[in-house]
Amino acid sequence: MGRAGVHPGAAVGAVSAVVLDTDAFRRWMAAAAAAVEREAGHLTELDAAIGDADHGANLRRGFTAVAAELEKGAADSPGAVLTLAGRQLISTVGGASGPLYGTLLRRTGKALGDAGEVGPGQLAEALGAGVAAVGQLGGAKVGDKTMLDALEPAVAALARAADGPGAYAAAAEAAARGAAETVPMRARKGRASYLGERSEGHQDPGATSAALLLAALAEAAGEADQGEGRRG
Amino acid sequence: MSGGVEGRVGIVLVSHSAEVAGSVADLARGLAGGAGTPLAPAGGLPGGGLGTSTELIAAAAASVDGGAGVAVLADLGSAVLTVKALLADDELPDGTRLVDAPFVEGAVAAVVTAAAGGDLDAVEAAASEAYGYRKK
Repeated sequence: MGRAGVHPGAAVGAVSAVVLDTDAFRRWMAAAAAAVEREAGHLTELDAAIGDADHGANLRRGFTAVAAELEKGAADSPGAVLTLAGRQLISTVGGASGPLYGTLLRRTGKALGDAGEVGPGQLAEALGAGVAAVGQLGGAKVGDKTMLDALEPAVAALARAADGPGAYAAAAEAAARGAAETVPMRARKGRASYLGERSEGHQDPGATSAALLLAALAEAAGEADQGEGRRG
Repeated sequence: MSGGVEGRVGIVLVSHSAEVAGSVADLARGLAGGAGTPLAPAGGLPGGGLGTSTELIAAAAASVDGGAGVAVLADLGSAVLTVKALLADDELPDGTRLVDAPFVEGAVAAVVTAAAGGDLDAVEAAASEAYGYRKK
């Protein structure tokens, strides 16, 4: 089935943005589950340095539940896919990343309403609402060494590149860069903040998993191979 | 309302640990003499282990809801965030409130106040005031 469900938008030709339908959003969540499964050890390793070494296992439990729930087929719009995924994460993760990622996806899903197809601009706007809700829930802001350090630049990049192809890849790159930039930061939120300056020099696990989520989006949109090297 | 005592404020204690939530509930009840106060612990994960469970929190809140509101006290981190996320999604009984209070001292103050017939505002105020009990 390959690219079924992912197609160029109304503007014909190579310069148009990719529009995602419900199947593409399902693939996004499935790709996120696969990425978390693949990277669980790495996430836990990062979390062992500055947290309580449960981030990989917690997210794996959560996204496995999301994938299982979506396979039942209940969600019938992009927004419904994210809302359902968010609900599963809140109820199955067991750590702080559950309510945080759950809130991100639920708010984003609600903001998408019942749209059947979503382009980069609309997704950027909805994700922006989700990211704002995460900031409000956790009381964190950019620079605090949290998932927001990957999410905020990703939303900005998605909005900037919304009118052409490669928008999702740009968002994924921005998220990965944002995650890498958490290395020298001092944690100001969550358990890592107890470490003070000893939290410096480690990449934040939450920002790292947020970058995986955005990479999964690019993969589901068929833009996983349009990375920096291609466009540089 | 579903469980609880009609007209009485219910109290839920959310901790990462089932033992902590259960023991603080026993302590608060013992110190406060609130034998009849609707009070439920929601600690750890359903299958055991440290963590926060929406399932246990929602069940605890329903079990103490007497229609006069439910005061939820949480220990830290994901316990606080999970309660906030549940409240934001309207998944707890009407009149449920996360109370900003120290876990042990706040629980005792909340149970004393609820046992005396205080309303939700009074229970919340008493629990929050527990931040002011200096020890040195």
